[in-house]
Amino acid sequence: MLRFIAKRVLWMIPSLFGVSFLAFVLIQLPPGDYVTTYVATLASSNEIVDQNAAAQLRERFGLDQPMIVQYAKWVWGIVTRGDFGLSFEWQQPVSGLIWERMALTLVLAVASLIVTWAIALPIGVYSAVRKYSIGDYAFTVFSFLGLSIPSFLLALVLMYIAAVEFGQSVDGLFSPEYENAAWSIGKMVDLLQHLWLPVIILAVSSTASLIRVMRANMLDELPKPYVTTARAKGLSERRLLLKYPMRIALNPFISTIAWLLPNLISGSVVVAIVLNLPTAAPMLLQSLMAQDMYLAGAFVLLICALTLIGSLISDILLALVDPRIRLE
Amino acid sequence: MSDATLVTEVSRDRVAVASQWQLIWWAFRRHKLAMIALFVTLALYIVALVPGFFAINDPVKQNARSTFHPPQVVHFVDRSEGWDFGLYFRPMKLSRDPETLAAIFKEDPAKKVPIRFFGRGYEYSVLGLFRTDIHLLASSDPKQPLYLFGADRLGRDVYSRVVQGAQVSLSIGLVGVSLSLFLGIVLGGISGYYGGRIDFVIQRVIEFVLALPTIPIWLALAAALPQNWPATLQYMMITIILSLTGWAQLARVVRGRFLSLRSEEFVAAARLDGVPERRIIFRHMLPSFASHIIASVTLAVPAMILAETSLSFLGLGLQPPTISWGVLLREAQNIRSIATAPWLFLPGGAVVLAVMALNLLGDGLRDAADPYNK
Repeated sequence: MLRFIAKRVLWMIPSLFGVSFLAFVLIQLPPGDYVTTYVATLASSNEIVDQNAAAQLRERFGLDQPMIVQYAKWVWGIVTRGDFGLSFEWQQPVSGLIWERMALTLVLAVASLIVTWAIALPIGVYSAVRKYSIGDYAFTVFSFLGLSIPSFLLALVLMYIAAVEFGQSVDGLFSPEYENAAWSIGKMVDLLQHLWLPVIILAVSSTASLIRVMRANMLDELPKPYVTTARAKGLSERRLLLKYPMRIALNPFISTIAWLLPNLISGSVVVAIVLNLPTAAPMLLQSLMAQDMYLAGAFVLLICALTLIGSLISDILLALVDPRIRLE
Repeated sequence: MSDATLVTEVSRDRVAVASQWQLIWWAFRRHKLAMIALFVTLALYIVALVPGFFAINDPVKQNARSTFHPPQVVHFVDRSEGWDFGLYFRPMKLSRDPETLAAIFKEDPAKKVPIRFFGRGYEYSVLGLFRTDIHLLASSDPKQPLYLFGADRLGRDVYSRVVQGAQVSLSIGLVGVSLSLFLGIVLGGISGYYGGRIDFVIQRVIEFVLALPTIPIWLALAAALPQNWPATLQYMMITIILSLTGWAQLARVVRGRFLSLRSEEFVAAARLDGVPERRIIFRHMLPSFASHIIASVTLAVPAMILAETSLSFLGLGLQPPTISWGVLLREAQNIRSIATAPWLFLPGGAVVLAVMALNLLGDGLRDAADPYNK
């Protein structure tokens, strides 16, 4: 087991290098660089920047060097000093900007994951046990609807209802008075009061797909002989379900961490932009548009790292829960 | 489905000689919801093929007088002078609120404009082959346009725009999936058929691609596209971007199937008979899992449609004047315009309908294609 974990962690290192290089190349792909964007912004407000000043800026930011040199310097900074470089747009070190936003992104994703499980597990089991009942049909319709509604549309509709029917805005994760405040109990409570809406929006589509998976797995397990045996021996239906078929049908739940976590983080991007959440997404989008490459690169790198860690966790849990799975 | 249930519908000897595709079709036909989904999907793609015919007004024509014109109701029976049957609508009159100057649209009970089937409207091109001006529905008075889904900020007809947008949004799913299918089959096939070192390398690549958070990568790639590119080039690039991450999933499925089929006796027999490798793959192995692949592909199309919609909604996908459902939903982006014109959500309804139909269709196909399904 330990060997497996060690091997996987070691394997993550080249993956992260690959991802970070990819991110770097992607961000450099558009013609021009941050200075071009910057000069264009200034020009639109009628300020003229001469070529000399632009060249000086490039030199200061190190943009005049070849890409591979820039990349090597950036990675070296991260590995040796935990320094993710400087955000051109904010004129601040990237590490000062991203951590709180990454933490909120993670909170959002994990909360959605828990909500997804809490809803999908009982419904999936119910749908399988009461196959073709009215409840099963209702949940089936719900899950197909949930899969078909783009999350940003759901967010927009809920925002519309909140604004028109209840006259309140639901965007953001904090009330204005807490937005820039230091962390306190009050701010935590405020966060929880705002968190539920994005969590529900994010959880809808993943819940929908997980209900289908759980139902299908339970249906595979229920007709098996061991279930009949347990029933014949007089085990109560409830205990029987919880003790045998459900445990086996649970496997996909654990392996979902591997794809659910990246999906939730990915999915949260669009929702966060619509709802104006202070998570990584809106800042990532902004930095991509402005070619603020170290900031964007840091976000993409960290999101990928989270994804890789998520799949590692799910592999370990899967091995713990299901003894049939061998790790080599 | 078991043989016993099949017999009720088809006689036993017909089952015995039926081809695999025949069996799949019989199993599929019994799935009511999937059949409905099939018809909805076909209908949507027919609309996407000739959007001009189904549109009512020119989707790009602006009209300052009908800014945020509300949707109009189509009546069937006119009771004002006895009983009069036939589709018609009552044009709306524009007045201004004396204080706020906000536009107020009111139905004019005195006027009545009949709706014609196969009437004439704006001129459009059919698949680039010929031009015509015949539409399925047309207002009989060209001065009184019919706004079935209302009008947007610039007074453009939302219904006609949704119909026009179907072309881009629905085809992007198909084209993107074909691209990822090509990559997936080639790489997954090589990986699964040859195994060994090449399998190891391709597997690591697939794992790597699957570990990438799709939307941030799409954002980065899409942000790299110059906004002033011609529409067709943009369209091609967006589809390529979407399929770059989509192929890995399919490659995995193909590889798994190849691995399990490779040890089947009929493949060993073919090999011992000296059948060339290409023929083994394409003649013997591919047909065995084609049905499964088709189901996976059908399930991948709606994901692509959602992806295009999200990207265009964020302003990183297709750019106006190209009309796609995502571009249309950008109009619904700020709370103020949807508060005045909630019908701007209607393109979202089209997205939900298409994605749901394709999902149900794919689900039904998967069940029907599974020979062990009871």
